[in-house]
Order: sequence, then C-alpha cells, then structure tokens
Amino acid sequence: MENYVALVHRAFGGETPDVKNPKVLAWLIRRNGLEMAHLSRGSHIGSVLSVAEIIAVLYTRILRVDPKNPAWPDRDRLILSKGHAGSAVYAALAETGFFPVEQLKTHYANGSILSGHVSHKGVPGVEVSTGSLGHGLGIGVGMALGARMDQAPWRTYVVLGDGECDEGSVWESALQAAQYGLDRLTAIVDYNHMQSLTTVEKTLRLEPFEEKWRDFGWDVQSVDGHDTDALETAMKKAQAAEGSGKPQMILAHTVKGKGVSFMENNILWHYRTPQGEEYEAALKELEAHRP
Amino acid sequence: MRDAFVKILLEEMARNSRIVLLTGDLGFGVLRPVWDRFPAQILNAGIAEQGMVSMAAGLAATGRTVLVYSIGNFPSLRPLEQIRNDCAYHEADVKIVCVGGGFVYGSLGMSHHATEDLSIMRALPGVRCFAPGDPAEAELVTREAIRTPGTCYLRLGRGSEPRVHQAVPAGWKAPESLTLRKGTDVAILSTGGILTQAVDAAERLAAKGISAEVVSFPCLKPLDGAKVRELLGRFRGIVTLEENTVVGGFGSAVCEIAAEAGSGCRIRRIGLEDAFSTVVGSQQYLRKVYGMDGEAVAEKAEALMHE
Repeated sequence: MENYVALVHRAFGGETPDVKNPKVLAWLIRRNGLEMAHLSRGSHIGSVLSVAEIIAVLYTRILRVDPKNPAWPDRDRLILSKGHAGSAVYAALAETGFFPVEQLKTHYANGSILSGHVSHKGVPGVEVSTGSLGHGLGIGVGMALGARMDQAPWRTYVVLGDGECDEGSVWESALQAAQYGLDRLTAIVDYNHMQSLTTVEKTLRLEPFEEKWRDFGWDVQSVDGHDTDALETAMKKAQAAEGSGKPQMILAHTVKGKGVSFMENNILWHYRTPQGEEYEAALKELEAHRP
Repeated sequence: MRDAFVKILLEEMARNSRIVLLTGDLGFGVLRPVWDRFPAQILNAGIAEQGMVSMAAGLAATGRTVLVYSIGNFPSLRPLEQIRNDCAYHEADVKIVCVGGGFVYGSLGMSHHATEDLSIMRALPGVRCFAPGDPAEAELVTREAIRTPGTCYLRLGRGSEPRVHQAVPAGWKAPESLTLRKGTDVAILSTGGILTQAVDAAERLAAKGISAEVVSFPCLKPLDGAKVRELLGRFRGIVTLEENTVVGGFGSAVCEIAAEAGSGCRIRRIGLEDAFSTVVGSQQYLRKVYGMDGEAVAEKAEALMHE
C-alpha cells in the first residue's frame, strides 16, 4: 500500500489541507472513513458519512480542546454516544493533530487501539468509550453536573444517533438533564432517519421528535446537519442559552451515506463494506467533490 | 448495616467534599442525615438506575468519588451494562451500594430478593466486591470502599442486624478474612449478613461435641486466598455459606482456589441451589425454607464430616 497519508490527502495535490475549515475537515472525515472501512473491511460507513459535518464543526468551531495537551483540565468534553461512527472522531482527532494520521490505517486491526466502536484507552482526545447505545447522554449528564459543581469553564457535548433514541436509558438521562437544569450540556442527534434494518419510521417512530425533547424539558433546534454554517450557528445559540436552565438539543437532519450517491439513503451501507468497484466509485465521487 | 454505612459515609463526607451520593429514589429515612448535613453532596436521580449509573461515571470523571445507592437488584442487575462499560471499563471511582442483599426484603417477593448479585458482580473485571457480615464489618468495608479508588460493589444487609463482632476489628486490611471462632473438626466460611447463621451453626455443633471454625469473608473479591488455602490444609471438610446462588458466588470462588490448589478437602456450598425463591416470608423464614439457617448449616456440616 502506498503511504496512507499521501493516499487520503492526494486530492489536495500536495498542499496541506486546511483542517481548521469545517468543510475541509468534514471531507477528510469522509475520506478517512472510506479508507478505514475499506482497509478493515469494516461496517458503518453510512453513519460516518452522515455525522461528518457535525463532528467537523465541533472540532473546528466549537470545542475548546488542545491537541498538544489532550488532558487539559478545562477542555470541553465530547462524547460520541453513537460509538459505531467512531472512525469519524478518530479521523477528526488525527487530522487536527491529536495523533498521527498514519495510525488511522490500524483501525479494526489485530492489536490496534482504534476499535470499531470508539474507545478512549490509549487514544488521545477520546473521553469515553461507547458502542452499546444509550450510555453517552447519561455520562454527559454526570460530566455537566460535575462541571457545574466545580463552576468549571468547560462544556459538555454528546452526539447521539436517532436509532439510539430507541433506548430507554436515553430518556432517563433526558429527564435527569432537565431536572438538574444542565444548560451547559448540548446534545446533537445525527438524525439520518435510518437505523440498522430499516427506517426509523418503520422501526420505532420518533416523530414528533422535536416535541418529544421539548416536552422532556429541553430547548430544541432543528438544522440541516450537512450545512456547516447552520450547525455552527445552532451550536453557538445553544452556548448562549446558558442561564436558561434547559439542556440544549440540536436535531441535525442528515442523510445516511451523504457524499457518495449510491450509499445515500441506502440501508445496505449500515453494514456493507466498500470494496472493489464500489470502493473505487466512492473514492472517485469523494475526490471529485473535494472542497 | 445501613446505619453503619451511613455513619462511615458521614465521617468520610466530612473530610472529603468530593464524595457524592446518588440515590435511586430510595433511602427515605436512612439517608436523612446525609440530606441534612451535606445537601450539596447528595442527589436524587429518580427511578432511573441506568441513567443514574452513567451519570455516576460522568461525575467520577470530574474527579469525584460517587456512591450509587439503591435496594436489592436495582443498583446492580438493572444497570449492569452501565456498571460494566461506563464505570468498570473507565476505572471510574463509583461505589455501587445495595441495601437488602439476599432475603432482606423477603416478604416483598422474587423481584426484591437479591440472590445472584454476588455472582454477577464478581464476574466484572476489576470490580471489587464487599459483603460485610455484621455492622462492624460494614463499617470497615464502607471506609475501604470509599477510600480505595475504582469501581466496587458493596452489598449490605438490613437496618438492624445483631452485632457478631464484639467491637470493630482493629487493624483490618482488605481483603482479610476475620476468624470469629477457632475450631478443629470442620470450618464454616461465610460471606455477608448470613454470618449469624454460621455462628449459630457452630454453637449447635459445639453442643454435639463438634468443634467448628467460623471465618467471615467481608471481601468476596479479591478473596483472602491465603486464608482459604490455610483452611483447606487444616480441615477435611469446609462449608461455604452465602445468601446467594451457589452458582458463581462465594462458594464457587472457594472451590476455584481448592481446585487449583489440588486440595483433597471436601467442600459443601450452601446457598440457593440454582433456584428462584418462590415463596415469601421473613429473611429468617426464607433462610430456613432454602436450607441455609443455622440448623441446616449445622446438619450439612456434620453430614460432611461423615462423608
């Protein structure tokens, strides 16, 4: 295999990608996500493609984190509760300097620390290991509560999947966050309307989803989850809600498989691994649309 | 044991403001002194144990020692995966506290009988398990649980157990066992609040001229393996006693040591025989029904000597 970094960055023609630009970082998340799923014969590329802008905006515009000091006590905390999209966070961390991009090629491999579902052990910048759904919001509630007790300056962010909201524990945590008035906790749902076997609508209907969260005591915004400006505006509005006593929810409407035409809204790509002609076709599409 | 737990908790909270207790909407009277004295260090998480345990892990990540308080199976089996993934895997400083282990809530029925918790919690990697035998042991292990970092399980009994130890044993260090009675014919090894029945059995045996040693193991994991090996060497027969299934619990832990040591000692595990409790009654009534009261323990110990 040619040099991994050279391969995933080749669309930039030798220039260093501007990873502070959310559109560039979102593209790099997709490009690395495709390569990682291809090399590992791994699953969940559809979820990685749908969550790309959410993660990219967080790491470029919102999170106060320091790649040179990942354990900085005042850093913002991000929990990827939909742990199966872990390669999106790994890619964002590597591309922004938390660890070498080259290491991404070990995803899923024997002996690797980059597990299929996101893991914190030995990975700088990852706060929490997830994978079983319905855990992340509760951990985020505890962190936000602890930060408030300490009057600490940092905020807590949790990214959930829509299918994940089938889990009862999500709603336990939703009640608890509202009860404690955690207005420095922001949750973002990657609302791609698809889950493992079929659509959300045909599984356990979540609509009216906005109203559900509102009724649970949260402030809710709905945005286009692929519009980096809209995401940034919504996340900053959530920050400004401090003092409202309400936890902040952003329902980010996304498209599963976004960015590769034949993967978009196709349930097959929750599990299917990109190989052969499909990998080549996906790569061609991504590279043709490099920002 | 509940009162011993609260007594030590208050002492520890007074010296460490980073101790927080979350309750799953239980402990109405028991936790009152905590609400009164340390209102900023106690929080009702509601009847939502999964959320409560995840929250505990998150709070622990902010540098706190977090106790999660509930009864029976509610703080253990209900949020088991949250304990495994969020607490144990993250080495979170979370103490899962169960009040009412075994048949304490005997009249309330199967749902309230915590009879597999010791086996299940013992299996979780890195999770220490404590089951004190009386209020004195409860004081020791509560302090130990709070002061030693990491995830642990503390299985307490009820509100008003008799004291078995005359005083709180001095100089105790985890995971030491505590010998209550020396003997020469048979040994009764016990964990948790059923210790009273081990002592009762030894007295019944003594009346028949049989000398029984009684050893309490307030730490189920790690277990005082040195003591177990010593007893295996000294006795031809050992009885283990727990208000818990015999599958995978204390008796199993003793047998694991015996098997690996190649011991020829005969071991009889007393506990629930892979069964649910299907009748209700007082704790002592259920111990009798399921063959783990003092009388039954004495009979089984004596029978073991003649095998």
